[in-house]
Amino acid sequence: MFPEFVNTRPLRVWMDEGLNWVVRNWGDGFEAAAYPSLVMLNKIEDLLLAVPWWLIILALAALAYGATRRFTLPAVVIIGLVFMGMMELWEDSVKTMALMISATVTAIIFSIPLGIVMARSTLVRKIVTPILDLMQTLPSFVYLIPTVMIFGPGKIPALLATIIYAAPPLVRLTDLGIRQVAENVLEAAQAFGASPSQRLFGVQIPLALPTILAGVNQTTMMALAMVVIASMIGAGGLGYQVLQGIGRLEVSRGVFAGLGIVVLAIIFDRITQAYGKQLQEQIGLAGGR
Amino acid sequence: MTHEYKIEMRGVTKIFGPQPDDVLAQLKQGRSKDELQAETGHVIGLNNVDLKVEPGQLHVVMGLSGSGKSTLIRHVNRLIDPTAGEIFVDGENVLAMSLDELRTFRRTKIAMVFQKFGLMPHRSVIDNVAYGLEIRGVDKKSRLKTAEEWIATVGLEGYEQSRPHQLSGGQQQRVGLARALAMDVDILLMDEAFSALDPLIRSGMQDELLVLQKTLNKTILFITHDFDEALKIGDQVTVLQDGAVIQSGRPEDIVLNPANAHVEEFVADVNRARAIHVHTIMEKGEFERCEAGVPIGACCEDVLPLFAEHDWVGVNEEDGAQVGRLTAKQVIKALARHSSAV
Ligand SMILES: Nc1ncnc2c1ncn2[C@@H]1O[C@H](COP(=O)(O)OP(=O)(O)O)[C@@H](O)[C@H]1O
Ligand SMILES: [Mg+2]
Repeated sequence: MFPEFVNTRPLRVWMDEGLNWVVRNWGDGFEAAAYPSLVMLNKIEDLLLAVPWWLIILALAALAYGATRRFTLPAVVIIGLVFMGMMELWEDSVKTMALMISATVTAIIFSIPLGIVMARSTLVRKIVTPILDLMQTLPSFVYLIPTVMIFGPGKIPALLATIIYAAPPLVRLTDLGIRQVAENVLEAAQAFGASPSQRLFGVQIPLALPTILAGVNQTTMMALAMVVIASMIGAGGLGYQVLQGIGRLEVSRGVFAGLGIVVLAIIFDRITQAYGKQLQEQIGLAGGR
Repeated sequence: MTHEYKIEMRGVTKIFGPQPDDVLAQLKQGRSKDELQAETGHVIGLNNVDLKVEPGQLHVVMGLSGSGKSTLIRHVNRLIDPTAGEIFVDGENVLAMSLDELRTFRRTKIAMVFQKFGLMPHRSVIDNVAYGLEIRGVDKKSRLKTAEEWIATVGLEGYEQSRPHQLSGGQQQRVGLARALAMDVDILLMDEAFSALDPLIRSGMQDELLVLQKTLNKTILFITHDFDEALKIGDQVTVLQDGAVIQSGRPEDIVLNPANAHVEEFVADVNRARAIHVHTIMEKGEFERCEAGVPIGACCEDVLPLFAEHDWVGVNEEDGAQVGRLTAKQVIKALARHSSAV
């Protein structure tokens, strides 16, 4: 037995009670703060459900063609999505897509500016990096419990958990992309009298864009990886079907919903990757990543 | 301050490291550079450099790799702040400028060409050439028009919409040159602008630069590690060694009177017959007119064949008047390696 040096019970009690206090007193505040993201998620979901199914498939196929200039990926998109519709998984797929898109958009809104600040300040990088490490390694259930306590089960904690899990790679890759910009190009901009903002928006961000896009790609993938866990706290969608499959020992339900997640993952992965590659070729960094 | 010089550096010292001022104090006490670098871990990039560039001059700074050339030229538009010293451009104290004034200065007074080109890979050639004008705030239509003209001048018509990575090194350097020239400023800074080019293209670019400088009357500070290049294009050459100026003068002064063994090494490989102009070694004065004559701009190489037939060769002004004469012996003496005793 490990000897007890200090009685840590008060610490744990204090923590639990502290959280309870936070839930009681600040719960509404937190909910109000997270409300916009819920609105966004619902809007995206409603929109995707209002649009006819074939239009969504066509739009994604067109996006795939635009990214790759080939017919392979569009074919995969069409076959995969039609398969999901036939398996009566259309609505769940759309819900999952909506969750993924909202999480990615929110992550972009916060991560890219944070990544930029990190690239410019060593101090900020030193503070933020361990937090990102923590976000990526902490088992998601650990922060799911307090978030569910604060927000109650539902879409908000699901969205937050997804964002916490999916945002770190985007922050890291934005930081990396900005710092990777060649010194001589920046120096040239400076020599011609570019101001800091002209350098940031005219040189650093455009040149970091392929790397940032790689971050967006990873964020979408990680958001999709989170859907099963997110569905446990009320996000619905494909993850919920998987969960039900497990609960009722209906293997087929679990397998097809699982395949649906894979299809979504393939589609969004290939599309974002292909756009990133296009961008890199334009800049002349082909073969970069 | 005086407007006599377009660029003037006085006692500029640059020390890289965390505590430059401490090291500077020790350097001023007369301790040697090597000793200080080994002891403190600081790098002394420039050591008490004086440099004067007259208007319209093509001033070459030459030195081996690591001698501080890039550090020197970056001080002129203050990409680097010195540890000590003063820098004036067009009579303005560059170091006294606020950030805002400095930006205005860079946008309107001075342009730079880089050894590694420094082109923006995400912009087309024409947008690269227009970059400085864009930063200056020139409207789109007129900056693209100016850019187009300069692209034509440097011989890159048809590449306007290409991306830099689609061009060869020589073409990319032309883009860099066009970008600087499009600024239409008096002063050009060129840091080993031709070093990355093939010899043939390089020679062509040197000729073009000389033409441009004559027609546009620019003041150019040109960095190179190649003495032949310095001799070919320089009105004035400053030799840098270990961050310090060891000699500054007209190209042939340096060929004829190298200041130390280091400069002599550079000079050793030079084609002296081409580098030394006859008027610097001729016997000046009015003499009986010689049968053979060469123009005043001729070099030793031009006059040598004439000695097969003649003992004396005259040196003539453009209007034909003879201003001096020389013998084969004088030429041979100039061409022979000078020992430091001479
Ligand atoms: N930012 C810097 N930090 C530390 N040392 C530097 C820095 N920039 C240049 N140096 C050093 O200063 C010396 C001169 O460099 P540089 O001016 O680039 O030489 P050159 O252009 O003649 O090759 C070199 O020893 C180089 O390592
Ligand atoms: Mg250099």
